[in-house]
Amino acid sequence: MTDVIRTIAQRKISRRSALAGLGAGASFLAMPWVARAADDTVRIGFPTPLTGPFAAEAKDQVKSAELAVKQFNDKGGINGRKIELLVRDDKLNGGEAATRTLELIEKDKVHAIVGSLSSAVQLAVNEVTRARGVIYVSISQSDTINEVKDFSKFTFHEALNPHMTAGAVARHTFKKGTKVAYLSADYAYGHEMVRGFKRAQAAIGAENVGEILHPFGAADYSTLMPRLRSMRPDILCISNFGRDQANSIKQAVDFGLKQQMKIVVPVLLHNQRLAVGPEVFEGVVGGANYYWGLESEIPSAKAFNDAYRAANGGAIPTDYGAYGYTGLSSLLLAMQAAGGTDTDKVIAALEGLKYNVAKGPQHYRKCDHQSIQSVLVLESKKKSDMKSDMDLFQVVANEPASEEVLRSCTELGFPA
Amino acid sequence: MDAELILMQLFSGVALGAILVIAALGLSIIFGMLGVVNFAHGALFMVGAYAGLWVASVTGSFWWGLVAAPIMVGLFGMVIEFVLVRPLYGRSIDDPLLLTFGLGYVLVEAVRIVFGSDGIPFPTPPQLTGVLDLGVGFFPIYRLFVVGVVIAVLVLLWLGLEKTRFGLIVRAGARDPTIMKVLGVDISKVWLLVFGLGAALAALGGVLAGPMRSVNPEMGSLVLAEAFVVTVIGGLGSLLGSIIAGVLVGVAVSMTALFAPEMATIVMFALMAIVLLIRPEGLFGKLA
Repeated sequence: MTDVIRTIAQRKISRRSALAGLGAGASFLAMPWVARAADDTVRIGFPTPLTGPFAAEAKDQVKSAELAVKQFNDKGGINGRKIELLVRDDKLNGGEAATRTLELIEKDKVHAIVGSLSSAVQLAVNEVTRARGVIYVSISQSDTINEVKDFSKFTFHEALNPHMTAGAVARHTFKKGTKVAYLSADYAYGHEMVRGFKRAQAAIGAENVGEILHPFGAADYSTLMPRLRSMRPDILCISNFGRDQANSIKQAVDFGLKQQMKIVVPVLLHNQRLAVGPEVFEGVVGGANYYWGLESEIPSAKAFNDAYRAANGGAIPTDYGAYGYTGLSSLLLAMQAAGGTDTDKVIAALEGLKYNVAKGPQHYRKCDHQSIQSVLVLESKKKSDMKSDMDLFQVVANEPASEEVLRSCTELGFPA
Repeated sequence: MDAELILMQLFSGVALGAILVIAALGLSIIFGMLGVVNFAHGALFMVGAYAGLWVASVTGSFWWGLVAAPIMVGLFGMVIEFVLVRPLYGRSIDDPLLLTFGLGYVLVEAVRIVFGSDGIPFPTPPQLTGVLDLGVGFFPIYRLFVVGVVIAVLVLLWLGLEKTRFGLIVRAGARDPTIMKVLGVDISKVWLLVFGLGAALAALGGVLAGPMRSVNPEMGSLVLAEAFVVTVIGGLGSLLGSIIAGVLVGVAVSMTALFAPEMATIVMFALMAIVLLIRPEGLFGKLA
């Protein structure tokens, strides 16, 4: 119980710093004419779901994005021009996100959009930026955003995609003949992750023993448990996000499923592990774009963590938080290389960019603008194995950046 | 699909129904007795979970949290009634509705400021962890405990309302407050206590829900919607209606989960729509 209190005490501090961040955001809102008067600023719009079930992850994205902006500004900005981050709450709603994005483009005259944190919402943002010809660096998982049907030459997908994430997790957990049951949220993220898992499952020779979809944002999963148990899988694969992940894993453990099967998730979320505790998550395996523990091996991770700690009272960056940093940094590096904000020049610079700001080398593939990067497979630690409150996960594997784990350009429908 | 699975599913549905009943009870009582649609109900549920968590972490015992949270939130509910809701009696039904709607937002924001917007773990009390073999399948001991608490609360409520003098006054006050005043009963005291009771029941639901879900500032918003569905199906203001509707909804959700789990949330609202079409006053409601 004492560590619960400590957690609450820590949250207070981080809340305060978040308030400071929001205050800074509000001051942008309060004086938009100042921003427009100094028209040489580089303005980046950042829609993200500050309220709703992904709020914890969104808040971390903002903190990391602010850190990237501050670092570039401290080093002279883009060719001497100051960078400004305009954060907007998209409320995890496609319509709201599209409206905010349009506003950022039309009213605030942003030079690029970075952000959004849902596979469905980012597609709404993508529609707007594609129609307006504005660069969009997307930092949430999606497969379709890179496919020919949805492709926009203005869009760069900095996040991992479900194909590479689910593939990596499956390669390290599925074996030939393993029986796999799927529980997934009934929207784009769940569908795309299951598609990724099933492809890997077929290649490995594992067996699918059943699939259940649950409504997005459900709080109670008890009525799904008897059926999952009756499928008798070796592995239960739970593909959902944010609080859905915390609630569904918690209840699966309450129902004793973990004694009979291993629980595997596409993305093992730092904040949700904190929200339900080590006992519940113990032994759960999942993928990740980033884990702070990488700092022992990767110098750029150490530099990112240290800068983040210094800016946020000793707190460490989280997985989805890191996307805010890597996504924004890649865009700002390309703007520096392009010498400004000219859209075509920045696109060319992004396509040619090689960057390593937090997790090892990354670059955008030319055909579909997917960031080629390492994929982590993590396992949640037992409480007795944790060296500190933040020692959450064991790195099972760190698959190096490689085009091999992606679908080929031709498979996506791009001309060879 | 074997019989064992269907039986297990039926049981899960009844257990879920019990959770829905405790979530809806406070809303139903306040509306039935006071005619106030309490939109802050979900927020009070959430505040109850946080109060329980806080007391549990200070004392080191879940049981103190379970007892203290309803008392704390019940007293808080009385303050709300006395300071905010009371001046609005006699006005149209919209006024207290809008007031409590706003109050809900204030409470959620206040909790965000104090405890942060991330979820906080609420561990299952060690005496109640694990699963029990019911013969047709396994069920968490904690959920069985929740069903037990709900039944106990319902029995106590029934005894309190039907067998005591205070219960008689409450029921009479709900029927005709003017006559009660003429008879020399201080009806405003009764309203104060009823609002407190409704808030306390919301909080009890929150503490009980804590170990089943993660505790976060938005946990009440879904509960508010579910509580409304149950109350409307049962008939606004009918206690018995809420109980039957809660179990009915629980079983409907559970049975849908067996065949089309992605429809489990929709079925709740579909059920409500059907009931409203056939009986606009709800299953046990009185026509206004």
